[in-house]
Amino acid sequence: MTAALALDSAIAPPQGGRWAIEAIGIDKWFGPVHANRDVTLRVAKGSIHGIVGENGAGKSTLMNILYGYHRADRGEILIDGKAADIHRPSDALALGVGMVHQHFMLVEPFTILENVLLGAEGGTLLAEGRDKARAELERLGRDYGLEVDPDALVEDLPVGIQQRVEILKALYRGAETLILDEPTGVLTPQEADRLFQFLRVLRDQGKTVILITHKLREIMDVTDRVTVMRRGAVVADLPTQNTSKEELAELMVGRKVKLGGDKARAAPGAVVLEVEDLHVNDEQGKPRVRGVTFNVRAGEIVGIAGVSGNGQTELLEALGGIRPAASGRIRLKGNEVGTRRPGLTARILRRLGLGHVPEDRHRMGLVAGFAAYENAILGHQDEAQYHRGWLLDRARMVDYCGEWMKGYDVRPDNPLLEALSFSGGNQQKLVVAREMEHAPDLLLVGQPTRGVDIGAIEFIHKRLIAMRDAGKAVLVVSVELDEIMALSDRILVMFDGRIIGEVSPETATERQLGLMMAGIAEAA
Amino acid sequence: MEDTLLLIATMASATLRVATPLVLAALAGLFAERSGIVDIGLEGKMLGAAFAAAATAAVTGSAWLGLLAALAASTALSLIHGFASITHHGNQVVSGMALNIMVAGLCPVLANAWFRQSGQTPMLAQQARFGPIELPFAQAVAKVPVLGPLYAQVISGHNILVYAAAVAVPLVAFVVYRTSFGLRLRAVGENPEAVDTAGVSVSRLRYRALILAGLLCGVAGAYLSTAHNAGFIRDMTAGKGYLALAALIFGKWKPVPTLLACLLFAFADAVQIRLQGVPVPGIGAIPVQLIQALPYVLTVLLLAGFVGKSVAPKASGIPYLKER
Ligand SMILES: Nc1ncnc2c1ncn2[C@@H]1O[C@H](COP(=O)(O)OP(=O)(O)OP(=O)(O)O)[C@@H](O)[C@H]1O
Ligand SMILES: [Mg+2]
Repeated sequence: MTAALALDSAIAPPQGGRWAIEAIGIDKWFGPVHANRDVTLRVAKGSIHGIVGENGAGKSTLMNILYGYHRADRGEILIDGKAADIHRPSDALALGVGMVHQHFMLVEPFTILENVLLGAEGGTLLAEGRDKARAELERLGRDYGLEVDPDALVEDLPVGIQQRVEILKALYRGAETLILDEPTGVLTPQEADRLFQFLRVLRDQGKTVILITHKLREIMDVTDRVTVMRRGAVVADLPTQNTSKEELAELMVGRKVKLGGDKARAAPGAVVLEVEDLHVNDEQGKPRVRGVTFNVRAGEIVGIAGVSGNGQTELLEALGGIRPAASGRIRLKGNEVGTRRPGLTARILRRLGLGHVPEDRHRMGLVAGFAAYENAILGHQDEAQYHRGWLLDRARMVDYCGEWMKGYDVRPDNPLLEALSFSGGNQQKLVVAREMEHAPDLLLVGQPTRGVDIGAIEFIHKRLIAMRDAGKAVLVVSVELDEIMALSDRILVMFDGRIIGEVSPETATERQLGLMMAGIAEAA
Repeated sequence: MEDTLLLIATMASATLRVATPLVLAALAGLFAERSGIVDIGLEGKMLGAAFAAAATAAVTGSAWLGLLAALAASTALSLIHGFASITHHGNQVVSGMALNIMVAGLCPVLANAWFRQSGQTPMLAQQARFGPIELPFAQAVAKVPVLGPLYAQVISGHNILVYAAAVAVPLVAFVVYRTSFGLRLRAVGENPEAVDTAGVSVSRLRYRALILAGLLCGVAGAYLSTAHNAGFIRDMTAGKGYLALAALIFGKWKPVPTLLACLLFAFADAVQIRLQGVPVPGIGAIPVQLIQALPYVLTVLLLAGFVGKSVAPKASGIPYLKER
């Protein structure tokens, strides 16, 4: 009811201002999936407008329609009050709509300058527009604090800078309205703060920003108004100051959400994982993990906190058996598994009772072109339960997968769909289901809830705690402090390839952890 | 001394003649594959062009009209490939292979129907072919030691299509690296979504790349039947399209390294021809078939072992589909 009221109040722009963008009655089908249902969205000029919603709610789809990347089946779009015919991205760009996509749209082997030039070269020969673009990039960098080296190769850049390139691309094309689809999923908290600073500057200049995020704190921090979507439809549209995180969470999920739910004290048992003076190098042979020692016991969750890029990724990969360790020892349930000895592959580790939810689900967690039921048993495909004679038992695989999809709330719960047709959060739930359902003794989890909506976060957290309570050992690596604080029984902080301290979540403060993650403070 | 020089000159000259169609076809493949379309149909396009050129030249008596027909035929085939793989998101290898098979069958059939000569076109008269061109001062400098014969016998005296291939390499490099079209071309083979979201049509770009590929294959085909030979014979491309593709991979999809790879393959072919029937001390005459296999063995060895990491344009072979 609050929702319906809010929708009505949104018809007139606030304080005699104007609408930058109006999308009216948008419908969009992807095959059988109704991604947008009669969606109406109005965004006031000179405001920061937030959009929240569960995974698969249709947020990206709606934005892609505004940007001309997808075509709506029905509905109209008005820009600056005028009906706009947006058939392709060039139409949107010409009308001053720019977008930073959820997955970056960059040509990796190109330089920053080339990426910015693409589509707006300014002449038949590259030389004609290049100097102008270089100067313009420099000006934008200065004015907005978005400095970059125009000749750097994009593939060599950290994600934070890649995102800056995406923003520069949009500004270079003269965006008056900037759409950002989950920009903070890949940023450290500090980077995110800088981004919001920049968005406020844009707003003060009269530009319009649409921000999609799963982090309700960010919505409360920077937006003026927020639209909530659920299952393809808009369910609420409210001024941010009149709402709260709790109300938004409830609107999104359609029920009360309890984050950081209470958990019983841990009752740690025998040591399951022992790591001793482990060193791991990256592909270029550069040391990334530089001598870490720790252990994980049955019945506890150990969290590794740290700003991304401090060796957590490599540590997790080495423990998971997909990256060789340079030196040191890893013992899993008393078995020596850390050496380079051939044969101790991820597969053998699985048999020894290891489950692994990798950080990068696209590259390592799933085979995008496989059906969900195939992905759901990947890594366990030679177990007898999936076989009838020497053939795979497809019917049984589909059955199991269907059950897990229901149990883990994967939507849509159709085991025959290809992995890549699920939204990111649902892909994550599928991977989590596979790893947990094969009953590991030790579960490694990298970024358990990256890009996952609040309902699913609650769910995944509950499952992890349930595993712990069932006497399993769990190691969680996450860049989200909230998550580490909510889950862990012990927190290890990693900085520059080393563990620089261990703290207890009961006594640690976010501030203290933040300083440790920045390498400034030691454990108290 | 004189003898060795002469031998080197003949070999070099032969290498250039053999390399010409390879270079043109490889550059055609470069455009297609840089745009993200796998072009295994180079062979078929070249063969179709060779037939169109020879048939037209035989009827009209004009090599230039033959060239025009070759360009048209090859571009049309390229557009069929585009229609299947760009517009209808078909499998690019299947589409390319289908073209190859279709053309290999169709040309001899048409030749039979039109000329009643068991799968060939009639022998072309000298005027209906691209003849050798003597470059200026070739005679005058011939007496200058070393450089003179090099100019007169290796560089001068080829037909115009050989020079066209030579000019094509820097031209293609210029287009690919210095023009806006080139930037978009390189981008669309790596990440078509980036191109699309930058406001550029992916399919238009890919069609344009395929048209360029068609034109270059057209020249290659015309060269085979109206310059290098005097008429079309069945299967006259003899795997050159695949060899060009191998050179393209060997050359890492870059114009100049691809040229060098083509020259290497052509040189192997020139050696192969030279070695036929020459007894090797201690072994005797080597069977012709074994020698003829030389360039292909070289290809396999190079591709298997010596190329190092040759990374294809990331999006090549993947149909661009936004909605599933
Ligand atoms: N290109 C596509 N082809 C087919 N189906 C799609 C495509 N893009 C999205 N979908 C489907 O449309 C629905 C809405 O997806 P969308 O990406 O808009 O969700 P979202 O709200 O952005 O979710 P997330 O928070 O996970 O990013 C999902 O069910 C998804 O599977
Ligand atoms: Mg999305």
